[in-house]
Amino acid sequence: MAAYDVVIIGGGPGGYNAAIRAGQLGLKVACVETRATLGGTCLNVGCIPSKALLHASELYELAREDFAGFGIDATVKLNLPAMLKQKDDSVAALVKGVEFLFRKNKVDWIKGKGVLAGEGRVQVTDPGGKTTMLETKAVVIATGSEPAPLAGVEVDQIRIVDSTGALSLPEAPKSLIVVGAGIIGLELGSVWRRLGAAVTVVEFLPRITPGMDEEVAKTLQRSLSRQGLVFRLATRVTGAKAGDKGVQVTVEPVAGGDAETLSADYVLVAIGRRPYTEGLGLEAVGLTTDARGFIETEHGRTAAPGVWAIGDVTHGPMLAHKAEDEAVAVIERIAGKAGHVNYDVIPSVTYTFPEVATVGKTEEELKAAGVAYKVGKFPFTANSRAKVNHEAEGFVKVLADATTDRILGAHMIGPDVGEMVAEWCVAMEFQAASEDVARTSHPHPTRSEALRQAAMGVEGWTMQA
Amino acid sequence: MTDIMTPTLGESVTEATVARWTKKAGDPVRKDEVLVELETDKVSLEVVAPEDGVLTDIAAAEGETVEPGALLGRVTAGADAKAAPAAPKPETAAAPPPTEEAKAAPARKAPSPPAQAKTPSAISEATPAPAEPARTAAQPILAPSAARIVEENALDAGAIAGTGKAGRITKGDALAALEARASAPQAEKAVQVAVAPREAGPREERVRMTRLRQTIARRLKEAQNAAAMLTTFNEVDMSAVMGLRNQYKDVFEQRHGVRLGFMSFFVKAAIAALKAVPDVNAEIDGTDIIYKNHYDIGVAVGTDRGLVVPVVRDADALDLAGIERTIAELGRKARDGTLSLDELQGGTFTISNGGVYGSLMSTPILNAPQSGILGMHKIQDRPMAVGGQVVIRPMMYLALSYDHRVVDGQGAVTFLVRIKEHIEEPSRLLLGL
Repeated sequence: MAAYDVVIIGGGPGGYNAAIRAGQLGLKVACVETRATLGGTCLNVGCIPSKALLHASELYELAREDFAGFGIDATVKLNLPAMLKQKDDSVAALVKGVEFLFRKNKVDWIKGKGVLAGEGRVQVTDPGGKTTMLETKAVVIATGSEPAPLAGVEVDQIRIVDSTGALSLPEAPKSLIVVGAGIIGLELGSVWRRLGAAVTVVEFLPRITPGMDEEVAKTLQRSLSRQGLVFRLATRVTGAKAGDKGVQVTVEPVAGGDAETLSADYVLVAIGRRPYTEGLGLEAVGLTTDARGFIETEHGRTAAPGVWAIGDVTHGPMLAHKAEDEAVAVIERIAGKAGHVNYDVIPSVTYTFPEVATVGKTEEELKAAGVAYKVGKFPFTANSRAKVNHEAEGFVKVLADATTDRILGAHMIGPDVGEMVAEWCVAMEFQAASEDVARTSHPHPTRSEALRQAAMGVEGWTMQA
Repeated sequence: MTDIMTPTLGESVTEATVARWTKKAGDPVRKDEVLVELETDKVSLEVVAPEDGVLTDIAAAEGETVEPGALLGRVTAGADAKAAPAAPKPETAAAPPPTEEAKAAPARKAPSPPAQAKTPSAISEATPAPAEPARTAAQPILAPSAARIVEENALDAGAIAGTGKAGRITKGDALAALEARASAPQAEKAVQVAVAPREAGPREERVRMTRLRQTIARRLKEAQNAAAMLTTFNEVDMSAVMGLRNQYKDVFEQRHGVRLGFMSFFVKAAIAALKAVPDVNAEIDGTDIIYKNHYDIGVAVGTDRGLVVPVVRDADALDLAGIERTIAELGRKARDGTLSLDELQGGTFTISNGGVYGSLMSTPILNAPQSGILGMHKIQDRPMAVGGQVVIRPMMYLALSYDHRVVDGQGAVTFLVRIKEHIEEPSRLLLGL
């Protein structure tokens, strides 16, 4: 039996960051992971590989469709195996990077399935079946989430895939049906569309990306439609049958009406994710999950003494950086310091093209809460750099309190806005007013100037439009 | 490099003693700032710096005898050797107000036309500083938008409660302060951006007041408007204290490691007077009067940024050496700009010495919310009638400005009489009389 200050179950962005922080603070720490590699969903079958394919496919499309516009005549050909391999190589390198960080911060990486075995005890079963009991003062549950299943549409990872399978299709499909118009579905749908597939997105709700600011969502939908995605909104999928060469999917309008059969080479089920706590042994410490499978926490603490939980297994946005913020806060609390997560300032990015990046409240949320707000908006068509780059689609929108001018939310759709949203986050962390951003110097010519111009727009003095 | 020479000392006065250097070699000096005090049989006088710069060396040390025309020291012109520590310049829009907010005109030599140097009053009580131990005094951090609003409307940033991260002042805070001021029923408005500034004439020059100056101006008016402020005068014969000092100053310095000045006597005398007239050591608060029952004496110190008034805590418990030591330490910190907010707040009574600037008589302004302030002045030989004879005595005028709402006329007069008694007969201090 080894004695630890903290044992972390799960080595994804929540777990591995918790492990690193614990090591930094001098705690004796172990991180238990069932997967052969560290990094969790994010590194292995989520954020990282999807962004690798998004970038590669974007370059392919850029070369094919847009190079001529820049005066470059080129004929390009897709080499899918190579594209997938470079994605895998990147993942492998990053996974090794996490391993290095574990060594650097003296984290014990315990390979195997970790199960709660009572207060202060975690039993690990390694791939060979051998069990070890870890004694620890604190346990952090960071077991993450898995793709949510859809009744009637069984994922076989051959013809009917989830996000994991969609990252490694054996061929570029000629047609693809994406079930679910959330961020993951739109991103992966974009990848395969660029690589040649006719993509249809079927969505239960009458809108895409629920929760996203409506104006931005509508703009994104229009853009993706122009790019060739076909949207079937307010449509329910009732079943799917996979054959040798393709899949038949039955759909019907949510409002009622005739059923219809759609067919495609492949189907991607991307209706959301659910927390993963299977076989975790929660009952051994007296914990249960709520109706949707989440572990309830209060500032990271669960109801069981000495047991904490972070990341996708808890409530809140299922985002890697949210897990990371919680990891740091919880470990700091375990170490006797104050840790804090500001849930009001967690950004969200959609890595389609154009990108979407948002933080804070949407207009709909403010209206529902009865908060008086002002809007500043600036289109990228008026941004010199975006124009010069032939990437001027989209806008920046900032919402500020009508009385105090405090920034309440920012919503952007445009080129690389994911890289620019952190500016809004910093401003909001300091309760900045839109005027503060409007009076901060932004370099010219950059796309980031659009943020400043939008901020000026709140008080009506946008200068570049 | 400019030589500082001993000035002519008056008819038939052939020598003077260097009584006190207010600066050390290497200190920055400002034009017209007092560098050294000389003493002759007849008079004390101050020698000031001819220009901004650094006091590069001291040729005549304290205690030495000099003749008119003798070299006292040298000042090298140029920028201050050290930048104002912890107190950023208040000129720029985004800069927060300086560490110590003082109200006073900078030091002026005696013969300056419109009346003598305004006797300075004290540091304003700064806003509760944000809960960061690193900040020494209230040094509010303003968001750029908040700074603009503060500047455009001449608000006092130190008085705005910051609700931002770690107490930062957000735009909303500044807007709220602006609105609060607009709706507050005040007889006098804070200094505002001129509604209709008059045209400056062809030979006139319009210079914007720095925020510090505007704050000082406003606080002066507030103090004046709040209190029913009157000043009563008396005079004191310094010969007993001067004699005591001359007799014991070397031994004192040897024993206690600190010079014996006049201030310690006056602090002790003031405390005796405060005990005799407790109203002067009180504060009016709404319909109540708060009697302090402790003696935290603020002692005004001139610095290159203006006047600051650090507080000698529980001065009644200190002996003369302790008081001198504390004053010296606080004075050093004041000139170094390292006074903490704690050292500037909470005084119950203030003593201010306009004499170092050459003031003969003046009406000090109260250091709100205190109810009394003692003004000391220049010691000047005057013919006095003593025992039917005319004798020359080193006399000092004393002024007590007081809040007549709290202190009545008799109390005020008695207060000064007590001080006079304790200074003219120092043994009273010993005997507790």
